[in-house]
Amino acid sequence: MSLWLVLAVNSITLGGLLFLLSAGFSLIFGLMKIPNLTHGSFFMLGAYLATSLIARGMDFWTAALVGGLLVAALGGIVERLILRRLGGAELAQVLVTLGLSFMIADVCLMVWTGDPIRIATPSALRGATSLFGLRFPTYRLAISLIAVVFAVALWALLDRTRLGAMIRAGVDDPAMARVVGIRVSRLFTIVFCLGAWLAGFAGVIGGPILSVYPGLDQEMLPLALVVVILGGSGSLLGSLVGSFVVGFLYNFGQAMFPELAYVVLFLPMLIVLVVRPQGLFGRQTA
Amino acid sequence: MRRAALAAALVILAAVPWWVGGTYYVNIASQILFYGIFALGVNVLAGYAGLVSLGHAGLFGIAAYAGARIMNNGHGHIAVTTGALALTLVAAAIFAVLALRGTGLGFVMITVALGQIVWGVAYRWISITNGDNGIAIRDRPSPLGLSLASPAGFYWATLAVFLVAVVSMAIFVASPFGASLRGTRDQPRRMNALGYHVWMVRFLAFLFSGFWSGVAGLLYLYYNQFVSPQAVALTASAEALLMVISGGTATLLGPIVGAGLVVIVKNVASAYIERWNFVLGAIFVVIVVFMPEGLVPGTQRLWRWARAAASGPRVSAAG
Repeated sequence: MSLWLVLAVNSITLGGLLFLLSAGFSLIFGLMKIPNLTHGSFFMLGAYLATSLIARGMDFWTAALVGGLLVAALGGIVERLILRRLGGAELAQVLVTLGLSFMIADVCLMVWTGDPIRIATPSALRGATSLFGLRFPTYRLAISLIAVVFAVALWALLDRTRLGAMIRAGVDDPAMARVVGIRVSRLFTIVFCLGAWLAGFAGVIGGPILSVYPGLDQEMLPLALVVVILGGSGSLLGSLVGSFVVGFLYNFGQAMFPELAYVVLFLPMLIVLVVRPQGLFGRQTA
Repeated sequence: MRRAALAAALVILAAVPWWVGGTYYVNIASQILFYGIFALGVNVLAGYAGLVSLGHAGLFGIAAYAGARIMNNGHGHIAVTTGALALTLVAAAIFAVLALRGTGLGFVMITVALGQIVWGVAYRWISITNGDNGIAIRDRPSPLGLSLASPAGFYWATLAVFLVAVVSMAIFVASPFGASLRGTRDQPRRMNALGYHVWMVRFLAFLFSGFWSGVAGLLYLYYNQFVSPQAVALTASAEALLMVISGGTATLLGPIVGAGLVVIVKNVASAYIERWNFVLGAIFVVIVVFMPEGLVPGTQRLWRWARAAASGPRVSAAG
């Protein structure tokens, strides 16, 4: 398999992971108007929790679900106990999420030490699969597939269910949504937990590829930021497109300009900011 | 009265190396001063312009890295200072043009991203920045033949720069420009209607803020004689913001008190526990949740309240 194809597969895999991470980030941002700076920590914490669960004999997929649930529970507590108290003070909320991200990072360092931990690839998905006469690493294909499934499921949730309609109403006009009887504050909790779950889950299934190490949170958070700035906040399609753009830029950038990969990543974001500040798929807000 | 207090404060500050007891404490005092300059710079945006930046460690770091590179290329301290500050101003202008595409949380997000770009360059562009190992420099400058190698010498030089920074802030706050900046924070649309160029006011404020961040970065470089990506990390930006918020935004004294608080807690905490980041995060959360106005305005309020309570009975006793 040629180098370029390997890079393309890796890009799609990273794009899939980033979609899981940034879809929740984007929904939280769209609804609650806060960039949740603990999102990278949720990703890392999910992965760390799963390593412990797997070490206690749990199988990979259960650990991914449970790890995600634990992170979601933490997200719920954070939203209910802290962010709720600061209702309306968006800046204070952002600063609190930043403070929490430092605390989570330090607790992780204390519990799981500074050594990188690798999550073993689930045995059924080891090796390679032939597709169109080419051989692809099975696990990376699986991640891409999971991302697609989640993209469809999230779209169905947002576009086809009553809950989704309420969330969209909350994103578009929270005050009006309240007036027509939608409990927007409960939506906040639901969306925050959902976003946290997606981030934690993404961290676990990203584990076999990325490993888990201190600083993973600070590495993923800017990627999610770039995705959301690129795609536009609150837009699922924007997250999807943005994630794959970032996935490709990151991998190809690293192959072609290893020292500047990180900078290459931010260039399209800067261009979008200058040309279309609301993001590719974002709507202009008044 | 006010002048006497100011003069007394100056004397106390200038005499720090004699009464504080030990070079360790003199060094901490120097740190408080240059972090105070940094916090004052961040406060221009976070306090007076209502634009919260989480990327200012990037500007701080650009000055430090540029200074280290220029110095290691064999240039003198005047070239280092002017070169580093000029580069910081250019970077601040670029940051400003991009970040001012957004206000409020958009501004926060863009500054986080910009700060991370600088961090990425510092960490990965090894041929320029020496990556994780950082860059060390030979010596501190000796302006006008005065050596800054000793802790006390460095302290006095930092104090001089610090006083210039404070005076420039005081002038800025009282100036029509400072008033128009506060106007753009509180009522951007009315300011626009009144004929102010809101964007330009914010842009100039960003440059002013970036300039002092760069000065602080350069002092940081001279103090440590070393700079590494740690100086540019998101944590560093957050620390600076914590100084401003904990002391009290949009006050002259607040950021300085906040810088003192953070530097002292950091040094004390790191002497007893390894988990400085945890403490930093916890302080952040507690202050934002329980004391959103910051220490200085909070204390001022308590002071006014106490004075009112104290003068109340006296009035009734006289009558």
